[in-house]
Amino acid sequence: MAMPYYVSPEQVMQDKAEYARKGISRGRSIVAMEYDQGILLVADNPSSLSKISEIYDKIAFAGAGKYSEFENLRKAGIRHADMKGYLYSREDVTAKSLANSYSQSLGTIFSQEMKPLEVEILVVEVGRESAGNEMYRISFDGSIFDEKGFTAIGGKSEALILHLKNQYRRASLKDALQLSVEAIESAYNQTTSPAGLEVATLDRGRPGRMFRRLGAKELTELLQKE
Amino acid sequence: MLPHGTTVLALRYRDGVVIAGDRMATEGYSVSERRIEKVHNSDKYSAIAIAGAAGPALELTRLFRIELEHYEKLEGAELSLEGKANKLSQMIKGNLPMAMQGLVVIPIFAGYDIRRNVGRIFKYDIAGGQYEEIEYYAIGSGGRDARGTLKKIYSKDADQDGAIRAALEALYDASEADIATGGPDLIRGIFPTVKAISAQGISDISDAEIKQLLQEMIQRQGGG
Repeated sequence: MAMPYYVSPEQVMQDKAEYARKGISRGRSIVAMEYDQGILLVADNPSSLSKISEIYDKIAFAGAGKYSEFENLRKAGIRHADMKGYLYSREDVTAKSLANSYSQSLGTIFSQEMKPLEVEILVVEVGRESAGNEMYRISFDGSIFDEKGFTAIGGKSEALILHLKNQYRRASLKDALQLSVEAIESAYNQTTSPAGLEVATLDRGRPGRMFRRLGAKELTELLQKE
Repeated sequence: MLPHGTTVLALRYRDGVVIAGDRMATEGYSVSERRIEKVHNSDKYSAIAIAGAAGPALELTRLFRIELEHYEKLEGAELSLEGKANKLSQMIKGNLPMAMQGLVVIPIFAGYDIRRNVGRIFKYDIAGGQYEEIEYYAIGSGGRDARGTLKKIYSKDADQDGAIRAALEALYDASEADIATGGPDLIRGIFPTVKAISAQGISDISDAEIKQLLQEMIQRQGGG
């Protein structure tokens, strides 16, 4: 009878993390940024398969990495939110509880399954005032980061965050969008076009469902430099 | 005895559809609620007006609205108006056992079909049977009276104002003939709910506007 090989738990975890990181680094990045009227999400995404989505009235989702995997998480999130809103009330649906439940499932999958998910996700909620905004970044292993001002996920997230660190200040939607696009262009060393971007906002000025996608026409206008 | 909602109606006009309802709920011969809302937005382009047992009707409306929103978010696209109407039909069919025990819920579903560029009205029976109306429809205890009025004054070429006037007149007549239908309550400031749905989406007609139109109507009719 063949003896089973011994592999240390440290080694297993390290290998899984490396595997997941490699998968995520192949995908393109997404920037989330607070602006004066809400939160902006910008993805370098020319395809019609979206990376950014509405979850609930004040909550949006973005996923980087393997599409099929974060798509499943997105759907689970919408189900979680809609169910909670139906059972209790719309105001009881919060990004914090959603982020926690994402963190739980990602953590469980990372430690118990053979293959970890190759995803990094963002859950953001716009507050009644800027101080009430919440942005959670959740990694493939379930670790969760509470971010302020701006954040990025996906392959070039470190380069993006580095770029934004020096430049970020809370500004208008136009300025926030231009800064996000600049960061993406410099991280990928390429120019982008409105058709190659997926952009959405959570705008606190809107009644009810605050998520809104920006179309190519509007993007072209907003990206025009004075 | 349970609260019941009474008269609701919908009619098509030139640019879409108007949907309206009175505000009273009754328990037998008593008023249980003077300002109940029987017409609810189900999404940007459609609304549902309910008659029947108030509790289950409101619950059905809430769930229907969530179902539409849930679909839209999951798929990233809205259901077609036909799809929404069929979904509602299944939900009413699901309520059949309750309906057999007396908790009947019958809605009118109206919306603007952005693919065909036309306003559409769907009516239902308690078994979930779904029928499309091409002019107008009204249900509830005062539904027959409202239909009678609409039959006389309906015009498919009316503009939005004309359609709202017709809706108000039909509800007014229903409230005069049917004891369970609430008329405009000028003392408490309670007016019928009226929504117009067109290519621009749903717009709620304000109480001030309704009051103005009602006053003109009552004057024309020579007092209440």
